[in-house]
Amino acid sequence: MTHYYFDNAATTPMSPTVVTAMSQALADDFGNASSTHYFGRQSHHLLDQSRQVIANSIHAKTDEIIFTSGGTEGDNTAISGTAVSYREHGKHIITTQIEHPAVLKTMSFLEKLGYDITYLPVDEHGLVTAGQVKAALRPDTILVSIMTGNNEIGAIEPIAEIGAVLKNHQAIFHTDAVQAYGILDIDVQQMGVDLLSISGHKLHGPKGIGFLYMNEKVNLEPFMHGGEQEHLRRAGTENIPSIIGLAQAVKDLTPANKKAKREKLQSLKAILIADLKTNKVDFAINGPQPDQALPHVLNIWIKGLPSTLALMNLDLKGFAVSAGSACTAGSLEPSHVLTAITGDQDAPQISESLRVSFGDQNTEESVHLLAQAITEVTQDYLN
Amino acid sequence: MIYFDNSATTKIDPQVLQTYNTVANDFWGNPSSLHGLGDHALQLLQSARQQIADLVGCAANEIYFTSGGTEGDNWVIKGTAMAKREFGKHIIVSSVEHAAVLNSAAQLEKLGWEVTYVPVDNQGFVNPDDVAKAMRPDTVLVSVMAVNNEIGAIQPITEIGEILKNYPTVHFHVDAVQSVGKNLWSQVLPERVDFATFSAHKFHGPRGTGFIYAKKGRALGTLMSGGGQETNHRSGTENLPAIAAMSKALRLAVTDEAKKAQHELALKQQLVDFLSALPDITIFSPVTANFAPHILCFAIAGVRGETTVHALEAKDIYLSTTSACSSRSGDESSTLKAMKVPEKLATSAVRISLDDANTQAEVDQFIKVFPTIYQRFERMNGRA
Repeated sequence: MTHYYFDNAATTPMSPTVVTAMSQALADDFGNASSTHYFGRQSHHLLDQSRQVIANSIHAKTDEIIFTSGGTEGDNTAISGTAVSYREHGKHIITTQIEHPAVLKTMSFLEKLGYDITYLPVDEHGLVTAGQVKAALRPDTILVSIMTGNNEIGAIEPIAEIGAVLKNHQAIFHTDAVQAYGILDIDVQQMGVDLLSISGHKLHGPKGIGFLYMNEKVNLEPFMHGGEQEHLRRAGTENIPSIIGLAQAVKDLTPANKKAKREKLQSLKAILIADLKTNKVDFAINGPQPDQALPHVLNIWIKGLPSTLALMNLDLKGFAVSAGSACTAGSLEPSHVLTAITGDQDAPQISESLRVSFGDQNTEESVHLLAQAITEVTQDYLN
Repeated sequence: MIYFDNSATTKIDPQVLQTYNTVANDFWGNPSSLHGLGDHALQLLQSARQQIADLVGCAANEIYFTSGGTEGDNWVIKGTAMAKREFGKHIIVSSVEHAAVLNSAAQLEKLGWEVTYVPVDNQGFVNPDDVAKAMRPDTVLVSVMAVNNEIGAIQPITEIGEILKNYPTVHFHVDAVQSVGKNLWSQVLPERVDFATFSAHKFHGPRGTGFIYAKKGRALGTLMSGGGQETNHRSGTENLPAIAAMSKALRLAVTDEAKKAQHELALKQQLVDFLSALPDITIFSPVTANFAPHILCFAIAGVRGETTVHALEAKDIYLSTTSACSSRSGDESSTLKAMKVPEKLATSAVRISLDDANTQAEVDQFIKVFPTIYQRFERMNGRA
């Protein structure tokens, strides 16, 4: 049986260029970048080059890039680091109800330690407004953390507008751009963010690597203490092969390639929607309209079809999709994102929705097949 | 090229690299995904966990994957502090720990915890009695490394464990990063140890991955909050290619472990015999049962460590000053400082760290080229 992967928001396969770059680095560039001898210097050189490539991709300075073990560490570092380092300035933090668990769980941890967290609600499209942020700001607000693009429904938040609101406030502005970075053009200057976290494996790069953009004016207590790597901001032997793999994935995402990718993913999404309509599947789109959302994410409510059943039957037919995010770790807990956009934890779409997320490797033909499979599964169950 | 800096990092084994590539190509699903691809990834993740558990000698649910040694140390120390803060805010660490332990402890100090730094003797050993003396009713954690990364001293973990049997609720953590493949398991992981930290790239595995052993039933707060992977203990998408490769690397590392350790020790013995015969050289890592077979720290009086390193580098021999993690800053060795070695001598220290892939011919080559360099230093110092 042929298998088709439509779960690219969970993880993506490494692209061949990344595999090549990384394999070569694993075999050849094994020095410890902190060592002062030849091998160490070679590694350090590769580290600097990779950092430069990545900094350029978001219009940041080279020294503003800190390598991490992935998106979770980036989010944890940004949030816990700000909370600890700026605690003299206040203990109030603003976020949204639809953040990734790496943000939300860190927030609830900080709540236990006495921080006051405001969770902004979102509208039916999953959007917050700069006005909401402005209204929630207090003199003791030290951090605002709002994702660039949502992983479950693809909502794209108005980051630049929020950045403008925060311009004359002490609060540090963090955005989790894990889902958006491989797709949208990211410019930290234009967005007005101080901290931005990224994960490699969402953009056809390696797992276990990511980076955190930290504006040079921000000074955070490290999350990982130890050696003096990353200018004393993140301890741990630098993962050079993975960093090279990540830099390769970033190099492959030139603005032109990103644009072509957006167009391709958007058209795949349109094909799926059109096919489902033609096949008379009774469905609705959760969150923003397809052309307003991240091009690779489509979340649909198939009325009357339980998600668990749909997932299992699609899997049997060879199609990998998901019901919400992979990061609720195998459990099918009700999606906090769908709960937030419906404002009702008993809303039927919470247990009857599927997330289809597209990637570079998907073809138009495979999308037609997916539409056919969803149609069959729906008809089999509902008839 | 002769690479004598295996405590800084090791070269990935070709078979391990093969595993990495295979998994990256064929098992790239997210283990948390419910579909088949995720499921295959999850099965592989669990079999890697089982294999590591078998090799370590614990249950699979006592192994948690991390991004490496630094995260492991940070997690156990801060996680213990968080989980047990209602019971006390005192922790004990040795004064020769890796920076990942020392700086985690220092951060806790800033946040209101009290830290006792247990001294070492002039050979680099913690005295178990000093740990006993440092214990207080509000002590929640004792953290002592198994093998010191700078001089190779094997700390008396078993004896400290005996003392801690009288304090059954206190967490005992061992940074075991430098101890893998050296045939030291019984000394590193006696029963009383609750937590141990490991890093893959120190045993020919990939960078950016490691694991901790965490004894079942011991409370540990999370360091990485998020999606709830690793049974809710460590969030972040599992780095499966690296984890599978690490499990392979560990299996290879423990295969013929005794033989490998003996080989390294034989090489170290020759180097020690050679170096100790030269005047003005101090050996900090003798060939005795309580020093690791792969680490040899020595100093040439009056010659800065980096001078020696660069002189040997010119001969295509690579070793390091102290630990790689502090060698860029040019600080003196923190271990030698704790041993009360005079600062001038401590800044002269260099470290050879061996591996079973090092050969007799490489040692012969070192012994052949070293005298020329050494004579030059002696002349510069007016000693010859």
